Amino acid sequence: METTPKKSRGNETATADRAAEDATGGARLRGEAPIMKPYDGAKVATRVRVNKAYKMFVGGAFVRSESGRYFQVQNAPESSEAEADPETVNVPRGSRKDVRDAVLVAKNAWAGWEKRTAYNRGQILYRLAEVMESRRPELTQSLVRGGQSEAAAAAEVDVSIDRVVFYAGFADKFFALLASSNPVAGPHFNFSVPEPMGTIGVVAPDRPALLGLVSTILPVITGGNTCVALASEKDPRTAIVWSECIATSDMPGGVINILTGHAKELSAHLAKHREIIGIDAWIVDADLRKTVESEGADNVKRVKTHVPMDPEAWTDERKAQGLGWIERFLETKTIWHPVGL
Amino acid sequence: MTITKSDSTGLSSHAADVRKSAALEFGSAWDYAPAPEASDHVRIDPKYGLFIGGRWVTPRSGRFFQTISPSTEQVLSEVAEANAQDVDDAVRAAREAYDKYWSKMRGADRAKYIFRIARAIQEKARELAIVESMDGGKPIKESRDVDVPLAAAHFFYHAGWADKLDYAFQGRRYRPLGVAGQIIPWNFPLLMAAWKLAPALACGNTVVLKPAETTPLTALLLAKIIEEAELPPGVVNIVTGAGETGFALVNHPDVDKVAFTGSTAVGKKIQRAIAGTTKRLTLELGGKAANIVFADAPIDQAVDGIVNGIYFNQGHVCCAGSRLLVEESVHDTIVKKLRDRMATLRLGDPLDKNTDVGAINSKAQLARIQELVAAGEEEGCERYSAPCQLPEKGFWFAPTFFTGASMSSRVAREEIFGPVLTIMTFRTPDEAVEKANNTMYGLSAGIWTDKGAKIFYMATKLKAGVIWGNTFNKFDPTSPFGGYKESGFGREGGRQGLSAYVEVE
Repeated sequence: METTPKKSRGNETATADRAAEDATGGARLRGEAPIMKPYDGAKVATRVRVNKAYKMFVGGAFVRSESGRYFQVQNAPESSEAEADPETVNVPRGSRKDVRDAVLVAKNAWAGWEKRTAYNRGQILYRLAEVMESRRPELTQSLVRGGQSEAAAAAEVDVSIDRVVFYAGFADKFFALLASSNPVAGPHFNFSVPEPMGTIGVVAPDRPALLGLVSTILPVITGGNTCVALASEKDPRTAIVWSECIATSDMPGGVINILTGHAKELSAHLAKHREIIGIDAWIVDADLRKTVESEGADNVKRVKTHVPMDPEAWTDERKAQGLGWIERFLETKTIWHPVGL
Repeated sequence: MTITKSDSTGLSSHAADVRKSAALEFGSAWDYAPAPEASDHVRIDPKYGLFIGGRWVTPRSGRFFQTISPSTEQVLSEVAEANAQDVDDAVRAAREAYDKYWSKMRGADRAKYIFRIARAIQEKARELAIVESMDGGKPIKESRDVDVPLAAAHFFYHAGWADKLDYAFQGRRYRPLGVAGQIIPWNFPLLMAAWKLAPALACGNTVVLKPAETTPLTALLLAKIIEEAELPPGVVNIVTGAGETGFALVNHPDVDKVAFTGSTAVGKKIQRAIAGTTKRLTLELGGKAANIVFADAPIDQAVDGIVNGIYFNQGHVCCAGSRLLVEESVHDTIVKKLRDRMATLRLGDPLDKNTDVGAINSKAQLARIQELVAAGEEEGCERYSAPCQLPEKGFWFAPTFFTGASMSSRVAREEIFGPVLTIMTFRTPDEAVEKANNTMYGLSAGIWTDKGAKIFYMATKLKAGVIWGNTFNKFDPTSPFGGYKESGFGREGGRQGLSAYVEVE
């Protein structure tokens, strides 16, 4: 896939569980022009809708893929009443160069993010929760278009916001839980403190599209890292809607960068990149997990791969959030100093 | 060996001063009488088998290799070479011991076994120190005062954790990993065995340990201690051999955890090898530590810290302060004082109690050091080597430093793992940070200054796992040790080190 020449622009329809949708969604055309609703003159008479161009989120800005490639997502059949989008939208299909550009941005954003006080980071995270709260309907609607039921989508948004609040309140506390003063046998003051690692790559699970992304990114940045995340391939649109929450919060540009595209193509690029010091990858395909683990060895990357949990498990506070999630991408720094006159 | 290109360069103005300095006027009147540590009470068997399932067994490979003293090139013993079948036996024994005994035992009882090991190391401290110096070439005063006491301390410290893990992981569920495969280097043979075994056992794992091929003897003496301490059979298994044996252990399907200390190149190979498995991994790899000296530092203390930082254990230290960054205004003073100090270093018989610098661990390592030093000279760096008489037999390298190196010099970038220091300068604290962090490694760093605030400023900015302020090369079992970046991941020592041997949910 990497070798796809730029000329032959991808025109793929990457929908969730295509076969299943075909079974339930009725008349779907395959390999033909994008699916259109029958022309409804009455609606046009009321108002012509403004369609949104969905773009990736890099360095605080919304960007297309440098490759010019795209893939298509379709509204789930149950969401046909959702009027804000056409049935089919084009989403950027990120490339290796997009990964590299995003890593550079994330790396440069790290120095500023790392040196903010824990209190300040906590407030910025809390502000993100505030913005998400005010955009609940939009996030919910996006999940519905991505295939969730109305009730499940609303619940996922609620848990996602609560998860952000959880980490907002953790920003100035994990340090005390992980640091230590060490009673060495000699005249030295010795202590160990947690420190962020740098730029972390995240391959988010496909489902839940919002909660999975929030649950993997938040602990990484709470610890003071910046990240380049690959959004759900099945519902990339919700990641972009969430990016709009980030963009309108107080989050500095470059701390969270979100790419859309194919996990199979981009995961290995994240794993290979030498400026990425750790990777948290939720990948179904065992071979792809192995590739990520193996490529990561090139710069002794801290590679954490996981078989994705059941979508429901992400709502479980014991399973999907906690100190351990932050600790995974922290280093321990030990400092010695003599005690004497 | 005594003199260098630097005498014909800008540094030569120091040469006259150096000759006049008090440090060098001792002359022969100040020569030390030999003070050899008696070794007649030490027993080294002519041949060692593998320690598997609580028994000493002949290797299935049928093969043995010699271990020699690098200071005399004399053969000390023959040691079994474990092949994949032997490793399989050892892993099976460890699995059985895990299932049958160790995972079912109360933490308080595991603790008592580990305390026994600590006590036995103290009881046999003299013997262990002597064998360590014979097999590895390090000065007896280091093996006696550093390696062996710290090894005992590591067991003593971790013993106490065995029944207190609930406190270490408060409010979180944890469980031991199972069978740990551990591979250790030749620079601190007994101490590294202690760093690996003690936390693994305390957390409830059983172990297959592979010592380095040039220094297997103290690990085998430790196996005897473990035997005498009556640990359940198979809880600790020791298989000797070289890289092939190590990879058989890494690749064994029934190993749950791999812990490796050694070079970054091998560490990467291991990380690749376990891709696609559920094995857990910790790596403690190479380093190229910056030792940063500010103009306001206590200079004489700093010079001793520099010497300790790079010439301790012949520089065979992954966290050695091998890149000296000095503030430009004190460069000449430091270089002069460093030469004076180096002139007093005594190189020679590792078993002599006055020896400061022992033998290079192996012929291969000596060749590696010589190759990199030659590269430094070719790149135009100025070399100074201390005026030591090198013994005829054995592997030796005089304490050496380079000045005039650039950041891109090989001697400034690559880990030499020998008594070779590269000196560079900086003008501002931020330039020092920039240069110190400009490396793929991140194991340790040193800062010398009289200003407390400056130490903490620097300590915050340096990307390294261990930072020594106004000291260097200090170790303690309560103090987590481990690297950033390509110096590896995971910590050894302290509460943080326990995480390497448990699964925390």
